[in-house]
Amino acid sequence: MSIMGTRVVRVEDPVFLSRGATYTDDLTDERLTGALHLTLVRSPLAHARITSIDVTEARSAPGVVAVVTGTELDIAPALLFGGAHKAMTRPFLATDLVRFVGEPVAAVLTEEAYQGQDAADLVEVDYEPLPAVIDLVEAASDATLLFPEAGTNTSNGFSHEKEFDPAFFEGCDVVVTKEIVNQRLAAAPLETRAASAVWGDDGRVTLWLSTQNAQSARDEIAGWLGLDAATLHLITPDVGGGFGAKIGADPEHALVVRLAQQTGRPVRWNESRSENMTGMVQGRAQRQTITIGGNREGDVLAYRLDVIQDAGAYPRLGAVLPMFTRMMAPGVYDFPKVESRARVVVTNTTSTAAYRGAGRPEATAAVERAMDLYAAEIGKDAAEVRRRNLLQPEQFPLKTKGGAPYDSGEYEKALDMVLDAAGYAALRAEQAKRRENGEVVQLGIGVSVFVEITGGGAFSEDAAVEVHADGTVTVLTGTSPHGQGHATAWAMLASDHLGIPIEKITVKHGDTDLIPRGQGTMGSRSLQTGGVAVHKAAGELIELAKQRAADVLEANVDDLEIVAGGSVAVRGTETAITLAELADREPLKVETNFDSGAPSFPFGAHVAVVEVDTESGKAVVDRIFTVDDAGPVLNPLLCEGQRHGGIAQGISQALLEEVSYDADGNPLTATFADYGIPSAAELPSFTLLDMATPTPLNPLGVKGIGEAGTIGATPAVQSAVIDAVSHLGVRHIDMPLTPVKVWSAIQEASK
Amino acid sequence: MKVEITVNGERTSADVEPRLLLVHYLRDVQGLKATNVGCDTTSCGACTVLLDGESVKACTLLAAQADGLEVTTAEGLSPDAEHLHPVAAAFRAEHGLQCGFCTPGMVMATVGLLTENPKPTEREVREGLEGNLCRCTGYHNIVRAVLAASGQDPDGPREDGHAELAPAGGVEAAPGFSTGGDA
Repeated sequence: MSIMGTRVVRVEDPVFLSRGATYTDDLTDERLTGALHLTLVRSPLAHARITSIDVTEARSAPGVVAVVTGTELDIAPALLFGGAHKAMTRPFLATDLVRFVGEPVAAVLTEEAYQGQDAADLVEVDYEPLPAVIDLVEAASDATLLFPEAGTNTSNGFSHEKEFDPAFFEGCDVVVTKEIVNQRLAAAPLETRAASAVWGDDGRVTLWLSTQNAQSARDEIAGWLGLDAATLHLITPDVGGGFGAKIGADPEHALVVRLAQQTGRPVRWNESRSENMTGMVQGRAQRQTITIGGNREGDVLAYRLDVIQDAGAYPRLGAVLPMFTRMMAPGVYDFPKVESRARVVVTNTTSTAAYRGAGRPEATAAVERAMDLYAAEIGKDAAEVRRRNLLQPEQFPLKTKGGAPYDSGEYEKALDMVLDAAGYAALRAEQAKRRENGEVVQLGIGVSVFVEITGGGAFSEDAAVEVHADGTVTVLTGTSPHGQGHATAWAMLASDHLGIPIEKITVKHGDTDLIPRGQGTMGSRSLQTGGVAVHKAAGELIELAKQRAADVLEANVDDLEIVAGGSVAVRGTETAITLAELADREPLKVETNFDSGAPSFPFGAHVAVVEVDTESGKAVVDRIFTVDDAGPVLNPLLCEGQRHGGIAQGISQALLEEVSYDADGNPLTATFADYGIPSAAELPSFTLLDMATPTPLNPLGVKGIGEAGTIGATPAVQSAVIDAVSHLGVRHIDMPLTPVKVWSAIQEASK
Repeated sequence: MKVEITVNGERTSADVEPRLLLVHYLRDVQGLKATNVGCDTTSCGACTVLLDGESVKACTLLAAQADGLEVTTAEGLSPDAEHLHPVAAAFRAEHGLQCGFCTPGMVMATVGLLTENPKPTEREVREGLEGNLCRCTGYHNIVRAVLAASGQDPDGPREDGHAELAPAGGVEAAPGFSTGGDA
């Protein structure tokens, strides 16, 4: 019997719930004794020329050991995303120009943490303000350039120079087009960014870093600093959430390493939340134009998606994400014709990168909006129009019009399941009654059907499993948890093969000396790559153990089996040897790699039921029903946890969250008091429905689950709110659907 | 200035800057790192501790304001990993934590909530924990954990009438395998 599918409580939790996890700022490693505290002086202006920096007074403030400006810093400006325009490099401390509020300008190093801000306030920087570019269309016009030497604000693009086919919608009875916003979001992990570094006498540096992938972060930082990657020993302590924004390294992390070298002292850095809300990469930030055409019966004939992606001031991972948006443009639908293009522009804002879903929620939100607008235009039920256009199971595997190699999917089954659970017909009847009665609080029902990519871009992962002579097991993985529960899940996978209970299995990750190769945890990739690698390594270890046991027990390998407790036994006899005993004779360890060679495509369907107060515009999600099919489930407890978190962030994008700037580029949402992270009071309990369609791409049949919730829930909730007021003439409201926006849309429609 | 604060039942004292926040007194002076700092606007509640039994945000109090008072942190609630306080144990059983950063504060806020309202409804739990943010769990399992910790069945009827559809939490037996604990 397999442990697959069993609810196993986490092995991480007892420590997390008593003395607490050990995050980077909690470290008490003796090598950090006497560490200096780094405080950064950051630009208060979005776009300006630095005319002078005076650090005299700051240098004489109490506890100050050093104040470093860009001209005194030994790090050359770097291109943070290789695909960007070559002139769009970022200085590690700005010297001439600042390009977003929050850009580091000077570094202050003090003996005590509290002294840092005191001294930073004494650094006098004179700025000559320049016009700020915030609006994406204005940025694309190149009227004001962020990098004059580039001659353009376009960082890069994906078929962005191509002209759309003017005859693309010929033959369509109905064509609907709409410009929509997929707003900028803050990942806002509860643990802000943190790093600590110390140089040793051996010429190597140890860097403790809150990151989602230690090995990539090591390579990035080494590249920026001109160091051999082997010089860096990067250790990832417990990480307090990431959501994509802790993928790789940030410029500040390189500063910590270099400043520790320049001062000859260990250096610690832990940013404040306000710094985090301007300094940490943000997500989404697309302006999209959707055009959909079809006949009056409900068959979509052509779909077009035109994207402008906001890269922020210095292009990073966000600049590549429209590639995924284009790839997933047609989603679950069998559209005869699809075309798309995407332009990436720089603006005087915080850089964008991955945030839970990273390019795919933007695709789903666009196509689901398009389906709603089309259904409304032809006067048909939005769920039925979706059903009519879905790809069918017998079409798999297939290459889509977006270029994605879909592995497996049963979209109609997912849609039926969620509509049944929600009681769709009864909800529509309730809605009709409320409309008829002209009730103030109206009911809205939103449906989304989605497919996404998981394990995209990094298909390969290493794992090692070793049984020790004392009967314990060590698992090494190149994935890197920050809340997902890998220590439990990977121990389950090893236990499943070895028969050794999970309490005796220790999972290690995020130490680049111990695990030099690894891709980390992002893009919902862990289980289908790293987990499968652990499964494979444990399986290989069993084969090795059987061969050795065959010699010791003088038995035929084919007659041996693994029994609970971790022994190799001759089938049907009492003759056995434990894995521990085998390990005592000769090290019992297997290192392996698993390469899926391709991403997988989990899918699902969500129904959101909302109530909208038509007098105030306030929308409340009453219920949400979700099918999130990621193949067979290893540990339902962990899988449901991932779904819950994603659904919450999806609802929150639809209703609450938006990073916003005024016209001068001042951030208006730079604290948790201003940015709409939901509390428990703003969310309902969720109704999860189970469906498991395996992928042929790995032996466990598993796909990724981490991002499903954000991808499915966001459009379902947006659709539900618009649905609640559609009888008043409202067809579209941009996210987030705040009370003022909903109220304004109702007023506008009634004119 | 000198402060004397009873922390987790033990008397502590130190000479501190008047501006030292209670949370930094706990973390940096006393070395109790379970209490976290997640924001600078009293919004997130990661720093929640009990002050004379009542839940407060330790980032908004000066150490000086706790002079002569009793503070309880997560470390004081559950003395070690093998002996979890019932609220902490419920968080584990219901998977009410992921990255763990909000967790000590969330648990302390729950203890405060249940002291005031021993049998809260789901709505009361949600509103009672409004001052504590979690970015990982979507609160679904936190709410279940609080209901379970209050002695109520998290799968039982809820006042919103949708309870029959809420997924079950808890732990199944796995024949032949350990499930990692007795929760």
